[in-house]
Amino acid sequence: MIRTQVLICGGTGCSSSNSMLIADRMEEEIVKQGLADEVKVVRTGCFGLCALGPVMIVYPEGTFYSRVKPEDVPEIVEEHLLKGRVVDRLVYRESEGDEKVEVPSLQETGFYKTQLRVALHNCGVINPEDIEEYIAVDGYAALGKVLTEMTPEQVIQVMKDSGLRGRGGAGFPTGLKWEFAARNKVPQKYVVCNADEGDPGAFMDRSVLEGDPHAVLEAMAIAGYAIGANKGYIYVRAEYPIAVKRLNLAINQAREYGLLGNDIFGSGFNFDIETRLGAGAFVCGEETALLTSIEGNRGEPRAKPPFPANKGLFGQPTIINNVETLANIPQIILKGADWFASMGTEDSKGTKVFALGGKIVNTGLVEIPLGTTLREIIFDIGGGIPNGRKFKAAQTGGPSGGCIPAKFLDTPIDYGNLTKIGSMMGSGGLIVMDDTTCMVDVARFFLDFTVDESCGKCTPCRIGTRRLLEMLDKITSGNGTLEDLDKMEELCYYIKNNAMCALGQTAPNPVLSTLKHFREEYEAHVVEKRCPAGVCKKLLRYEILPDKCKGCTKCARNCPVGAITGKVKEPHVIDQSKCIKCGACMDGCKFAAIIKK
Amino acid sequence: MKSLEELAQIRERMKNKVALREANGEIRIVVGMATCGIAAGARPVLNALVESVVKEDLKNVTVTQTGCIGMCRLEPIVEVFAPDQDRVTYVKMTPDKVPEIIEKHIKGGHPVTKYTIGAVEN
Repeated sequence: MIRTQVLICGGTGCSSSNSMLIADRMEEEIVKQGLADEVKVVRTGCFGLCALGPVMIVYPEGTFYSRVKPEDVPEIVEEHLLKGRVVDRLVYRESEGDEKVEVPSLQETGFYKTQLRVALHNCGVINPEDIEEYIAVDGYAALGKVLTEMTPEQVIQVMKDSGLRGRGGAGFPTGLKWEFAARNKVPQKYVVCNADEGDPGAFMDRSVLEGDPHAVLEAMAIAGYAIGANKGYIYVRAEYPIAVKRLNLAINQAREYGLLGNDIFGSGFNFDIETRLGAGAFVCGEETALLTSIEGNRGEPRAKPPFPANKGLFGQPTIINNVETLANIPQIILKGADWFASMGTEDSKGTKVFALGGKIVNTGLVEIPLGTTLREIIFDIGGGIPNGRKFKAAQTGGPSGGCIPAKFLDTPIDYGNLTKIGSMMGSGGLIVMDDTTCMVDVARFFLDFTVDESCGKCTPCRIGTRRLLEMLDKITSGNGTLEDLDKMEELCYYIKNNAMCALGQTAPNPVLSTLKHFREEYEAHVVEKRCPAGVCKKLLRYEILPDKCKGCTKCARNCPVGAITGKVKEPHVIDQSKCIKCGACMDGCKFAAIIKK
Repeated sequence: MKSLEELAQIRERMKNKVALREANGEIRIVVGMATCGIAAGARPVLNALVESVVKEDLKNVTVTQTGCIGMCRLEPIVEVFAPDQDRVTYVKMTPDKVPEIIEKHIKGGHPVTKYTIGAVEN
């Protein structure tokens, strides 16, 4: 009889720090200690606390170990699993004031306490490669309920009543989308899952696919029943190898158990799913480009209307839902629309998953009820900014979103509010920036990304974004004028109004939002030829303070281009014409004699 | 999958395996599993407890281990922590005492006094 289970995270984050090797060693060690009949190792999806990986939880105690190394395994098995003594040194500790406090279980950490896990509720709890574990936590019960007790119209009504909106970014009401597709009375329709998560720094969908793939399959079958489709496609990035592997495994298992295929639950309903791998083009996350790509053509968007719900994949009515949207659906069916609508705000119901990244202590995945403030996410759950630095801005929505300055930290996050303050919900990437981040450089980074990823089909996006990037380059290299700022703004609105698809229409957002909230930083670059955050290299100057320099010669030896000269025990000098502004001199100076201007 | 019953069967069969991870037991049964405990035979006791809890489908009970309590001569020691009750310490435990404790104490709420430390020591 199994008395103890060790759950080890097998998400991408922990896997890349060797968690699968740890799981293998753990199993060997358990056999060696004769515990094979009593202790079981379970490989799960992402727990969310990626910064602390590899992580594991030992149940039933719920002991939470972080940053485990393969060599810690024998000690954990002998001490904890055999003798019941928790290995203190590996237990996660949380900073409380100046003290580090031991946190015995995951649920008690500041990171988890205020989270509300709906889309992620099985991630880190079940083994995603075992369909029976999913069934044990009420998996496929929603599909059973829909097929045996409900009409397609009733399913759509529940979705509409729940208030669920698309989690891919635009926030279109899911029930309404289904209704549009259901109205078309044709024999062939499709359900497509958009798993082409491309925003830099976003990994919400990957974690759902890796941690709970069956929830996505179940939701797609429910959607198929509701709109009258018998075929589904999951368009997933080839750069997500673990997600692709688990999805295919899940599809095969579901077919084996008769949960995909013909006559599911004896209802006469047929549904099957196939995966399609994306080659990593950002534009393929745009729904019409995604459909074109599934059809086997180059991923370019098409004009809307006609909308996919009327004329989509292979010209047939198609609904396209994002991974996280789908992950909510089985629970809405089981627990009811009222339950879901009780969470969130008037404008946005339910919860949202955010991928926390950038200058934040707890890098990882969080799920919170909509209406939570940015301050709660960043400081209470995320643990704040490391190294005692100051919060400057948060970037949401990736290359389509904008930067939110500190004055909006207490704004409740929902679809409407984020748009009002010049950003957008996007798919849920949340990048935190501190005072060492240059906002002009951030805008330049995202523009650089969109210029690369523009498919080139329409002129405003293909040429407009490139011109915009050139203007930003001009500003960051110290050659900008105030007139450029106005021209840039004008061009932004031109691209927004004229680009063909969402990629182009939202590409200027990073520029517009930083211009709006951080105009003084642009002006410093243009007027004073100065980068206040000290990031833009062309505007930087390293200098040695003669009164602090002891003439130890370390900086001269560290300088890779020989730009520093001086006699021993006498102040040194930097030759500005040779300096490449790498900062090696400043990093190495023991006397803080080198400053950056 | 041709019927909801089939799905329900798999769910029933798998439920206990996953329920362990919820760790929301109101009653905690703690087995001393230090070297002294193991040497005195704590592992069969632990396994018997886990098996009975699963067999009786006691959802509010968690069975866990702990280290040495300090009274090695009385091992195997099993302690029961229930809400609104004093902690009860059973000593010199054996697997055949387990069913009685589960039946009378865990399910019935009445500690089996004859196996407790007070009775054995006096």
